[in-house]
Amino acid sequence: MENIQTLDARGLNCPLPILRAKKSLNGMQSGETLKVVSTDPGSIKDMVAFCNQTGNTLLSSQQSDGDFEFLIRKA
Amino acid sequence: MNVAKLQQRSGPEPMPADMAALEAWFERRLEERLAEREAAKVPSMSLIATKGTMDMAYPPFILASTAAALGWDASIFFTFYGLELLKKDLSLKVSPLGNPAMPMKMPFGPDWLKRINMPIPNLLAGNLPGFEEFATAMMAQTVKSKGVASIGELRTLSIEAGVRLVGCQMTVDLFSYDEGEFISEVDEWVGAASYLSSAQKSDVCLFI
Repeated sequence: MENIQTLDARGLNCPLPILRAKKSLNGMQSGETLKVVSTDPGSIKDMVAFCNQTGNTLLSSQQSDGDFEFLIRKA
Repeated sequence: MNVAKLQQRSGPEPMPADMAALEAWFERRLEERLAEREAAKVPSMSLIATKGTMDMAYPPFILASTAAALGWDASIFFTFYGLELLKKDLSLKVSPLGNPAMPMKMPFGPDWLKRINMPIPNLLAGNLPGFEEFATAMMAQTVKSKGVASIGELRTLSIEAGVRLVGCQMTVDLFSYDEGEFISEVDEWVGAASYLSSAQKSDVCLFI
């Protein structure tokens, strides 16, 4: 896939993964993809709510080795 | 406005002539317009922060910073002890006194130890000099080790995200505060009427 920006939010707790994701998205162009890696189990549902509210698209949400990975396409 | 003019403005399809069809058309157009308005609306939240302890400083700053990240208009009205959260020098404490649900757990050590709750009776906690400082230091350590933001950090993030911070003028007078004690990012110093006029238009209002 074309250049994907990665945000390492591991070790951070609510609401920091969301706030950092928002900050990263602010610096990106529409249509670009952000990958967020977190360890906060609450971020699974929160990332869905965040994308619903902001109009960004949650392309995928998966778990690997205790980390949670989200792919968000900026609206 | 006459019907002919309405028909010209009715969009791509002509406006129906008989009454039943007209009503159905109107209902559908109304739904469409309301949905458009709903979609264009920026949600808003007005919080009241009344507590000045470290634990009670979290809810307003977490909710407001997150609301701003969701694209909402968020504001916090700080009153009474809540004004502590606007001080330049944030020295918030947390006390187990009168707070029996507060867990007393070790912030460090092996996991089995961190899980053990060691309740301290109020009689003891209230009479041991320095116990509040001790509990505050333990809480600060726990917050740090769990990756939870500090209040100072959350406040900065809230300000950066455009959360409006509003202070209660009456409390400043009541407790003889000097406005110089507070951060310069306080938008304004106002009273109940200003809070209510903002709250009236808000989708979410919480008293914390």
